[in-house]
Amino acid sequence: MTTWQPSDLQRERLAYRQSRARRSTLIAAASSVVLIGLLAFGIGSTPGWPRVRETFFNLDRGWEALPVVAEGIWLNIRVMIVCAVLIVILGLTLAILRTLQGPIFFPLRFLAAAYTDVFRGLPLLLVIFLLGFGVPALQLKGMPNQAVVLGGAALVLTYSSYVAEVFRAGIESIHPSQRAAARSLGLSYPQTMRFVVLPQAVRRVLPPLLNDFVSLQKDSGLIAVLGVVDAIRAAQLETAEDFNFTPYVVAGLLFVAMTIPLTRLTDWVARRQGWYGGGGGLV
Amino acid sequence: MKFPLALVAVLLAAVACAPEEAGTSPSPSAPSDCAKDKLALKTAGTFTIGTDKPAYEPWFSKDDPANGKGYESAVAYAVAKKLGFEPTDVKWLTVQFNTAFAPGPKKFDIDVNQVSISEQRRKAVDFSTGYYDVSQTVITTKGSKIAGAKSIADLADAKLGAQVGTTSYTAAKEVIKPKQDPAVYDTNDLAVQALKNKQIDGIVVDLPTGFYMTAAQLDDGQIVGQLPASGGAAEQFGFVLEKGSGLTSCVSQAVDALRTDGTLAKLQQEFLTGGGAPELK
Repeated sequence: MTTWQPSDLQRERLAYRQSRARRSTLIAAASSVVLIGLLAFGIGSTPGWPRVRETFFNLDRGWEALPVVAEGIWLNIRVMIVCAVLIVILGLTLAILRTLQGPIFFPLRFLAAAYTDVFRGLPLLLVIFLLGFGVPALQLKGMPNQAVVLGGAALVLTYSSYVAEVFRAGIESIHPSQRAAARSLGLSYPQTMRFVVLPQAVRRVLPPLLNDFVSLQKDSGLIAVLGVVDAIRAAQLETAEDFNFTPYVVAGLLFVAMTIPLTRLTDWVARRQGWYGGGGGLV
Repeated sequence: MKFPLALVAVLLAAVACAPEEAGTSPSPSAPSDCAKDKLALKTAGTFTIGTDKPAYEPWFSKDDPANGKGYESAVAYAVAKKLGFEPTDVKWLTVQFNTAFAPGPKKFDIDVNQVSISEQRRKAVDFSTGYYDVSQTVITTKGSKIAGAKSIADLADAKLGAQVGTTSYTAAKEVIKPKQDPAVYDTNDLAVQALKNKQIDGIVVDLPTGFYMTAAQLDDGQIVGQLPASGGAAEQFGFVLEKGSGLTSCVSQAVDALRTDGTLAKLQQEFLTGGGAPELK
């Protein structure tokens, strides 16, 4: 057993590839530096820039506002996590209902389709207002009165209709031969869905699902209209004190900082599960 | 070092369109400086006034700032008259509260929107002298748990609401110091809705709005009482002008003249419900 040594030709190939890679990196770095330099110079030399920097990018003010805005974003995070779980459950249920086969299930299919049509069409803000101010106005005993609960319910209703459509697209993208093969092995319809169709379908729609959750993360702030204080509302309150907009920028940075790790995580999970994008494998 | 730079930029911008020194404090200058043809206006011959839409009672009437009814509308026309403008020379402009103090050139000469004057806000905009002394009030509905409150301590357990970006919210947080954070609403109308729904126990608003709410918007509204000024200084509403505006001193002079000759008091009697409310200590 001698250890494998790459041939001279292979070494030459590797060296060539490395040199090309180094060259690409250098060019990319240089062009980035030039572009950023041009942008910075262009914006920095406008007459209004000092005023804009003072109003939007004031470090001291941002630092001062950070704890308040961070407390607000903690609400966004909690609302998003709880709603995301409920949305996945409800969305998947709706998608399965819509893909049931056979005439006997027509009413279920019809109801699920009607639900997605209505709640995808209604503006989210309207649903939040209707639930958040409408339900308490009924003065029902035992109904929740908290803004967070009612706002969260509105988010779940609206977003599960989006997510249901994403799941349905995934389910319908699985080739019929997969089902046929599963049924011919003696799996029942529920087993076919559970072991063959859904695992492939969910894997396929991870990226668009994540898209909806990033969007949910930002829309979770809309429940602020019911009186609760989220990151954006906290920034607004800070801004009202001295008319400086830096707290808004701080809130924006926090949102972006939350989104990026989530995206990377999903990409990694998808890759590990053998999702290569574009439906192709290693070519 | 940041501030001087910003000031220089503002000065340059001001010099470009206004042949006057841009002071941050209204400096008394000779009345001749405030002649109508010498004013640094956005549009020559027109006095452009901004306010938000909807414009609320009792500051405006029927959401139409141009009808001269409602306290702020009336004061704005009185100021315009002092500066030599006929009512026909006054143009009203819808200016969202937030855009009134965003950096950059403004479209309005003055903005009137129940904006409280504060030193912190002066960094971003100019204020005229105050045209109304504000006191903050707590309102509620009959039978609520704070309906019988006699002191600030009695409000500690209440869930209060206020409009976002207002000094009412600041007062709710800092003067009352309630155990639960106050709920924040985009508009006072939403706060009233939440009060009707019993989602909150009371609303903190300025006194005239409080009177209007309990009289016109709530079936069983009542005023709990007035709050002492936060920080000890009396709070005032002022006109908002662009930072370093050449008009600031002239508008301030006009407001001061209106106060001295009793016009402000007369308009307050006409448009704002008289009388006070019990003081909460």
